[in-house]
Amino acid sequence: MIPADRPIQRPATARLLYLDEHGAIRHAPRSQLVALLRPGDLVIANDAATLPASLHGLHARTGRSIEVRLAGKPSLAHRDAQRFIAVAFGPGDYHTRTEDRPLPPAFEVGDELELGSLIARVERVLDHPRLLALRFDAEIDELWRGLATHGRPIQYAHMKEPLALWDVWTSIAGMPAAYEPPSAGFALDWQMLADFEARGIEFATVTHAAGISSTGDPELDRRLPLDEPYRIPVATEEAIAAALCEHRRIVAIGTTVVRALEHSAATFGSVAAGDGVATNRIGPETQLRVVDAILSGTHEPGTSHYQLLQAFADRSALRRADDALRSAGYRSHEFGDSVLIERDTRRYSRQTAGAIEVEDFPEMQGLVGRPAPRILRRFAPASAHVVQESHCLSPARGLVCLRD
Amino acid sequence: MQTQRQSNTPRDLHGVRVAITGGTSGLGLALVRELTKRGAEVALIARTQARVAAVAAEASAHGIVGDVSNKHDIHRIALQVAGRLGGLDVLVNNASDLGPVPLALLGDTQCEDFERALLTNVLGPFRLTKALLGALAASAREGKGSLVMNISSDAAVNAYPQWGAYGASKAALAHMTRIWNEELSAQGVRFIALDPGDMDTPMHAAALPDADPSTLKPPAQSAYELTETICDLLPARPALRHAS
Repeated sequence: MIPADRPIQRPATARLLYLDEHGAIRHAPRSQLVALLRPGDLVIANDAATLPASLHGLHARTGRSIEVRLAGKPSLAHRDAQRFIAVAFGPGDYHTRTEDRPLPPAFEVGDELELGSLIARVERVLDHPRLLALRFDAEIDELWRGLATHGRPIQYAHMKEPLALWDVWTSIAGMPAAYEPPSAGFALDWQMLADFEARGIEFATVTHAAGISSTGDPELDRRLPLDEPYRIPVATEEAIAAALCEHRRIVAIGTTVVRALEHSAATFGSVAAGDGVATNRIGPETQLRVVDAILSGTHEPGTSHYQLLQAFADRSALRRADDALRSAGYRSHEFGDSVLIERDTRRYSRQTAGAIEVEDFPEMQGLVGRPAPRILRRFAPASAHVVQESHCLSPARGLVCLRD
Repeated sequence: MQTQRQSNTPRDLHGVRVAITGGTSGLGLALVRELTKRGAEVALIARTQARVAAVAAEASAHGIVGDVSNKHDIHRIALQVAGRLGGLDVLVNNASDLGPVPLALLGDTQCEDFERALLTNVLGPFRLTKALLGALAASAREGKGSLVMNISSDAAVNAYPQWGAYGASKAALAHMTRIWNEELSAQGVRFIALDPGDMDTPMHAAALPDADPSTLKPPAQSAYELTETICDLLPARPALRHAS
């Protein structure tokens, strides 16, 4: 594939590879996405805005220059506002491939990092030389001001020109919570949302703190994605419950949406409004409970994003899709072309036979106020893949312990 | 202008997140005070660090230093607004530029003065609204309602000599407001342009230094009226709705 090296979210030439539920492949201009969706579909996107998460500065104890890339946090809660997980690099910037970046100095707990007007302190040294838990000293208003003035969007060597915040904010970007853009959402604009409405396609959002996609270190990359906090609005929970009831499809815009929804469903039995931290890994073994189709960027085999696509379609179908992307000259990376993948009917026979009745949703009947997490009888919390996922958790999962 | 409610108890705005540009002087300052008094969580945006800090401290609001006429400040402002407030329900585009001071006939208006008026009064509100549209639409989807209030002027409607740059820019703002509203009503984001009336503010003094202040509205009264309009246009607060 050809790396997309210009920060244009919706080039007129953007393309879409459509892998349908029977494994058939079609090509379309991405502008025709609305036509490939069906009336009644519920489209869910990640409305997180992207933080300027790359901060250059000094490691005070050694005087060495470093780049700190904020990469995650324990939760979206107020008490964690100043705390981040970060990936650190030695001198240099995004023009050098992350694989070739020097290591940062060896961090010790309490080390001070001078990042523009902000001072951050190493709260915990994690089990990899690039990985640390840090806390900014600044008051919260001061922290946001410091990020706004000193931070830059995280970017990689394939993109030569420096990215501005407007390059990485999707049209629907709201609360700044993501460390890298939820870039599948670059496909969306306000015209498309109006077209959804005209075609009877419903739209809802989650806010998911998309973490970083690459650290340049194979060992660290294997741990990706890190734990990612997310927030599901009540309106989204209700839209999903209604869509499931009525056998309408749920289409995720991007891998982060799949991760949030499937995590919530695996935890509560169905998608529940509120805050969570996605610790799950989605791969070939995962039985998707909520999402029927995904719009995503093109992903390389071996990445966690690619793994996630294997929950929708099997290896051979994805391999055919890869071949088609390559031979048709699709563009890769965050500003590249897209794929629309429906989950394979051979693997998923949606509960259409045993139709879900309203009585399975007693909480749907006249409840007013903020609903409690819902347990759907026919989507009871599954043991199988949740347990399996926890086996997949690498030692880095200890990251969530930050909260204590 | 909604004035009939003046006798009633001011409505509460607890939990409502509001951003106001030009929040350190005149109407903007009065709005910051009125909104915070009613419990709204307010972020104010203005150019001068010291005044931003002073008003933020006085009113228990969040101060953001930035210039809406500067394209490079817009996303920095939006980041701080959405980050600090955790989203946004109401945006008040209040910061305005008079154009030439003292006021001048169009034939005597420097292009640079006109450009600055357009940047501050039209393009700035456009850019900031666009950058915060995601946050506003998210609030609308959550049923909290969402509103962009653009501060206009009777100079946007009437052709007053010497008010060319200001009047034309405010007319453009008012018209843009109507188009935004048409385009986004389906998403639940409402837009309104309002004329707060002739007020006793530093801007009015710059425009008409000889005006008798006693003939002018106190900005606090306009702020009260605008805040009542905000209350009218937002849905009943979820807390109240759920209590019923």
